[in-house]
Amino acid sequence: MLKINNLHAEVDGKPILKGVDLTINAGEIHAIMGPNGAGKSTLSYVLAGRPGYEVTEGSATLDGEDLLALEPHERAAAGLFLGFQYPVEIPGVSNLQFLRTALNAQRKSRGEAELSGGEFLKVARAQADGLGLNMDMLKRPVNVGFSGGEKKRNEMVQMGIIDPKLAILDETDSGLDIDALRVIGEGINRIMRTPEKGVLLITHYQRLLDYVQPHFVHVLAAGRIVRSGGPELALELEREGYGAIAA
Amino acid sequence: MSSLPIPTAKQEAWRYSDLDAVASVWPTPPAEEIHVAAGESLVRVIAPEGGADAVVIADYVVDVAAGGRCEFFILNTVGRLGRITIDVTLHDGAHFELGGTIIGGGTQTLEIVTIVRHVEPHATSNQVVRSVLAAQATGSYLGQIAVARDAQKTDAAQSVKAMLLDRTATANAKPELEIYADDVKCAHGATVGELDKQALFYLESRGLPPAEAKALLLQAFVAGAFVDLADDAAREMLEGRALAALEALL
Repeated sequence: MLKINNLHAEVDGKPILKGVDLTINAGEIHAIMGPNGAGKSTLSYVLAGRPGYEVTEGSATLDGEDLLALEPHERAAAGLFLGFQYPVEIPGVSNLQFLRTALNAQRKSRGEAELSGGEFLKVARAQADGLGLNMDMLKRPVNVGFSGGEKKRNEMVQMGIIDPKLAILDETDSGLDIDALRVIGEGINRIMRTPEKGVLLITHYQRLLDYVQPHFVHVLAAGRIVRSGGPELALELEREGYGAIAA
Repeated sequence: MSSLPIPTAKQEAWRYSDLDAVASVWPTPPAEEIHVAAGESLVRVIAPEGGADAVVIADYVVDVAAGGRCEFFILNTVGRLGRITIDVTLHDGAHFELGGTIIGGGTQTLEIVTIVRHVEPHATSNQVVRSVLAAQATGSYLGQIAVARDAQKTDAAQSVKAMLLDRTATANAKPELEIYADDVKCAHGATVGELDKQALFYLESRGLPPAEAKALLLQAFVAGAFVDLADDAAREMLEGRALAALEALL
């Protein structure tokens, strides 16, 4: 599904990714862990197409399609979803209006029928319920006045509504209390743990992986994947720290 | 007919105007005079229509008697020059409300010029102006507030925000306070900025094409000027026309 080959990228002329190789097949959940500054968020932004993140070498494809040649909205339509570490507040723009416009823009570009207001609300309500987010919050401006936990729930509600093929979740667990972590973990499993989808979890901590069991765990350090293994690698990291493994 | 000589750039109120365009229609018709009687209220919605070459100059002189209320909502998007001026005099306890939006591109010059004269105590005024400017357009808000010596307890507020879509566009925001009373509250804020790149990327990452994402953000930005317009049909008309004007810029 996702194939990343020798990916190099820089920000403001500073090399951050220095040859990342990673393959995620349909039905797989991968976790990337690593110390601060390793390039985890950069990897997620490069894949989603954030301006200012320049790829200098290598490739990334989604089901054979060259991701790096697409605009951010085209990557979304191709099935990529980025869960933001810091979801953006957008005063004056209603969550529901924005999501319906976004979803229908995606559907249109895939040649699918657009959802009516009623159909959309039904989908939105089901996802909000599943993640314990009050429907009234979805009517409010995007993330404005939301707590950290509510913003992350809102990211997952958006993921549920958009129903992507591949989700890259950048520290979706940061800033969550234990209960919210469980709800969000269950949400990720419900929405994304299917044979035809893939997930890339970016996290600092083992605790999210208690709820969302990954098939593979990778350690990213200094812009490269320095070790890969099964779920036990996360436990080893938790025990021994990045220092020993990334060295 | 105005008997005044043709304005020059030396006059503060004309400093940023398109004087060639002004000359082409000078002298302009006299200002429309509006009187709001004591305790009455009046709402005016102004949204000129016309072609790209139109020169629109509309002047209003408003007198609001004690306890009266006057609201102006302006959508200024039209013409080579679009200039709307309001000269308001507020008597005891009167209120003036302005919600103005300027949306321009090309080489348009669009202006909202106000003078709010607080001549008696307890009068209040609130002005909200939002401008979106692209290409070589110039958008100006000149807002003078004059508080007379015995106009104590005046409360005058101005909030002016401009968004530049291109570095070649110009926004002028000029609140000007002339205060001769000592117990007054005059708050003003002016900002000029660009679209929030983070917000734009966030929207695009969810599948919105760039033009739609920008339109959504700009729509929210200008909506602030019309939020206090109670007449739903009029507000929706202004919002719809504003969106069409924004989409034409993107």
